[in-house]
Amino acid sequence: MVDVTPADAVPPAEVGEVELYHPHSWWTKYVFSQDAKVIAVQYSATATAIGLVALVLSWLMRLQLGFPGTFDFITPEAYYQFITMHGMIMVIYLLTALFLGGFGNYLIPLMVGARDMVFPYVNMLSYWIYLLAVLVLVSSFFAPGGPTGAGWTLYPPQAIMSGTPGGQDWGIILMLSSLILFIVGFTMGGLNYVVTVLQGRTRGMTLMRLPLTVWGIFTATVMALLAFPALFVACVMMLLDRVLGTSFFMPAIVEMGEQLQHNGGSPILFQHLFWFFGHPEVYIVALPAFGIVSDLISTHARKNIFGYRMMVWAIIAIGALSFVVWAHHMYVSGMNPYFGFFFATTTLIIAVPTAIKVYNWVLTLWRGDIHLTIPMLFALAFIVTFVNGGLTGLFLGNVVVDVPLSDTMFVVAHFHMVMGVAPILVIFGAIYHWYPKVTGRMLDETLGRFHFWVTFVGAYLIFFPMHYLGLMGVPRRYAELTDMTIMTESARHLNSFISIMAFIVGFAQMVFLFNLIWSIRHGREAGGNPWRATTLEWQTPQTPPEHGNFGKELPIVYRWAYDYSVPGAKEDFIPQNVPGDFAPSREPA
Amino acid sequence: MAVVLVLVLIVVGSVLFHLLSPWWWTPIASNWDYIDNTIIISFWITGIVFAAVVLFMAYCVFRFRHREGNRAAYEPENKRLESWLMIVTAFGVTALLVPGLFVWSRFVTVPGDATAIEVVAQQWQWSFRLPGKDGKLGTSDTRDVTADNPLGVAPKDPNGQDDVLVQAADLHLPVGKPVKVLLRSIDVLHDFYIPEFRAKMDMIPGSVTYFWFTPTRTGTFQVLCAELCGQGHPLMHGVVVVDTEQDYLAWLGQQQTFAQLSAPQQSGSANQPPGKIIASNLGVAANSKLSRSAQ
Amino acid sequence: MSVILVFLLVIAGFAGWWLSHQRLTAKPWLEQGLAGDFVGFDRSALPTAKIGLGVFLAVVGCLFSLFTSAYFMRMGLPDWQPLPLPRLLWLNTGMLVLSSVALQCAVVAARKGQIDNVRLGLATAGFTTLAFLVGQLMAWRQLTGDGYLLASNPANSFFYLITGMHGLHILGGLVGLGRTSVGAWNGARPERLRLSVELCAMYWHFLLFVWLCIFALLAGWAATFIDICQRLLT
Repeated sequence: MVDVTPADAVPPAEVGEVELYHPHSWWTKYVFSQDAKVIAVQYSATATAIGLVALVLSWLMRLQLGFPGTFDFITPEAYYQFITMHGMIMVIYLLTALFLGGFGNYLIPLMVGARDMVFPYVNMLSYWIYLLAVLVLVSSFFAPGGPTGAGWTLYPPQAIMSGTPGGQDWGIILMLSSLILFIVGFTMGGLNYVVTVLQGRTRGMTLMRLPLTVWGIFTATVMALLAFPALFVACVMMLLDRVLGTSFFMPAIVEMGEQLQHNGGSPILFQHLFWFFGHPEVYIVALPAFGIVSDLISTHARKNIFGYRMMVWAIIAIGALSFVVWAHHMYVSGMNPYFGFFFATTTLIIAVPTAIKVYNWVLTLWRGDIHLTIPMLFALAFIVTFVNGGLTGLFLGNVVVDVPLSDTMFVVAHFHMVMGVAPILVIFGAIYHWYPKVTGRMLDETLGRFHFWVTFVGAYLIFFPMHYLGLMGVPRRYAELTDMTIMTESARHLNSFISIMAFIVGFAQMVFLFNLIWSIRHGREAGGNPWRATTLEWQTPQTPPEHGNFGKELPIVYRWAYDYSVPGAKEDFIPQNVPGDFAPSREPA
Repeated sequence: MAVVLVLVLIVVGSVLFHLLSPWWWTPIASNWDYIDNTIIISFWITGIVFAAVVLFMAYCVFRFRHREGNRAAYEPENKRLESWLMIVTAFGVTALLVPGLFVWSRFVTVPGDATAIEVVAQQWQWSFRLPGKDGKLGTSDTRDVTADNPLGVAPKDPNGQDDVLVQAADLHLPVGKPVKVLLRSIDVLHDFYIPEFRAKMDMIPGSVTYFWFTPTRTGTFQVLCAELCGQGHPLMHGVVVVDTEQDYLAWLGQQQTFAQLSAPQQSGSANQPPGKIIASNLGVAANSKLSRSAQ
Repeated sequence: MSVILVFLLVIAGFAGWWLSHQRLTAKPWLEQGLAGDFVGFDRSALPTAKIGLGVFLAVVGCLFSLFTSAYFMRMGLPDWQPLPLPRLLWLNTGMLVLSSVALQCAVVAARKGQIDNVRLGLATAGFTTLAFLVGQLMAWRQLTGDGYLLASNPANSFFYLITGMHGLHILGGLVGLGRTSVGAWNGARPERLRLSVELCAMYWHFLLFVWLCIFALLAGWAATFIDICQRLLT
């Protein structure tokens, strides 16, 4: 036992002991708090609030698609504003913020056995800048001309021209500014998540003893730190094109019979930058979901996650590979067609580690002791939707198959299934799982089951048939699907059916929100470790944990995170901080 | 237990939906049935994997659901099983990828006898240009676009003088002849997409993109724009008519060349310049095009 | 996009090297027991703040690599007209080098506990850095005065954009330097002061390195260099 750390190298998470326990005023405890758990709740609440806006927007667009011509107030301009804001909010301001800012902040310090994030002040700033980004985004709804309607991909030249809603008004400027703010804020938070995992781990918490949740969030954060700068660069350059008349992305253009001042720019350059961020972004959302779902399955099946090492390697492999597949979003963009060979190959290679993760989840169920709790139900639903969406990804990644399917409803169905529904199901599962730790009370079981069934079956019924609309050739981003020879009468009915399902699923989310709020006061008391889980966040002296997480002494870790049903052990779980060996022979026969 | 039932139902329902639903691709009208075949292969492979994974999961939930006194098995990993699964997956992925890449190499290799035609997109209509008697398209530049020269054909280029211009009207193509479609836009991104031909490609202002195909049956096909191009995007329809050789030549004879159109006495009569007028009459333009396609 | 890919390859190299020391092939279920068995596989002995800054600099490096990638892609298009770099940039480079050297001296002084020399180093670094920023602004004025406006050519746009972005990072660094200086004059704990001075120096050295790369890029040497490399390869 050699203490190798010099005096000034003690991580602030431990130095803070004095600071942590000084009395806090209400303001520094709940508003300008530097406690990662409070920041996590702030992130989650803000993300949920803005996510509700996006949900309502999706209803509005489904109204238009399902019942064309019935709702006069949904003009094409408004429709494009709805889809743009819906997409951007869901991908960036909800999913990214909730997984990394919400779950990352809450779970990383608790799971690695730290008192807090390593730079709590920067962490607090991160949230407030995120909030500012959200407010700027929301303000575009009230700006003259409304929010931008350029599609969430914001492709120039269209995004900054007058034929697009908000293109020559405030919409696009506010959108780009909000993204820039978001990235600045995220970078602050992301530094914390990465360095806390590197430096904040408690004694004995080697990397291979980390729960997969931490692995997922950690890898996703590293990727996000490296990928978001691409979006930052793209946003800054487009902002200059729009405001100061430069020509980074803007070629010579005749708009409505008038020659514009721009000259020689390259719209493809923007697409490269955007997707250099955009593809890793898919995995920035997916990897935390992979990690969390692994822990949910393992805990609720009372069995160690099957093939833990392979799961870790797969996460790293997916993270690395996801930086060399970006141009599969650009097969029909007019880039050099020979790139297609390379990017199709890399894209399909990434399917292998992803498939391994799926097998290992399912094999964890095999010979498990499956408790069909609500988190487990959501995890099962995740596997179904993720497998479905992942497999249709093989269609779109395979360059020539992408040609007829790109820009159709098939793409919409695919990415909603794989990075909309699947991660959100994990988020729900995770909320049912960790809500007792955050509040000390369980969420209501009956409402939860209702919420699960409607969400899962409804979402599947929305997006599975939608693939077939795409197969027919129905293009995405059409405000009106009228006057098209390929739109048959039955396809119109299918569209109406999808819309109705969307309203029902949306309604179920209101039930969920009610459950969230109602259970804070009226839920069943949970106790410290209601799921009998092994990881450190369930071993805190108080529930909900205080500022500082672990009381006087940090836990010491003696084992990996998956000691469930160890042969010879009395209980079917052994927490990570329990010393001693209960099972002399652990190699399976 | 409901969850087991639902998981099985999802597999059965999805397969039945795939086999029985009326929603399927439009009858093909080009040589790209290779693409359709690749999609069929993809459906088989992915369908089998989906059914296998979900059914296995349903079985696990059924067989290993919690009952009093149950205890899970202890199995950290199984190297052999994992390696086998990885090999099988890699094999399946290769089976998807290899045919795809073969078809893609066909897709990017334009046959030598393909006729080049040009499609020019602008918010929110399609125009076309065919090479004249010399078989060559003249050069073009967005900076040359004026009210009298809405496609921006270079006025000085001798190759361009006999080019046939089809402005905001239907394009005709002869059946059975390979066509290389050169794609150009003078404002924003568009995408020339005819579902029956399967092929599509974005058009980028400032550069010329391309794809090729051979129309295999006569008929009238609707052109859609497949890249968001502003608020008129959903109304940006066009019409391509695939004719027999005879009909095609008859149609071609009625079209006007660039030289004819840019001669002073002709300007301002038959063809309205695009731009503000057409843009403001977007609805009208789109409707008239539709009524034509309906006939 | 090759510049950013090369940069990421370097990052991946670091990550791979680090991961290779983390025993990722260990079977964790066989390793229950005392944490002490694994000393050395735990956190790094480097101060946390330095690691944090290191990660941040990786992000900054990523940002400038992306600008460089975009620069090269845009440069290939026909309307590109390189602009003559003002001579002043050489002087500015000298200033930035000086400030880096001054901070390095401050680090040495802080390690020896010579507080006066630390103060001297910090002050010199602050003033030379300010001189650098003022010099950059004067270079901008000179260029706009000569008619090289932001929007008139992409080469100009990139010049203002990249130098501006670099200047903003320097400005951010000045805030940190200011806080360190306040500590140096108000008697901060010696080990704390040493750490802050070291962090400042690290940041300055990195931004100097970024500036040298940018300078080479904007002057066209980087393009020539890549050209030569490509010829050697083919």
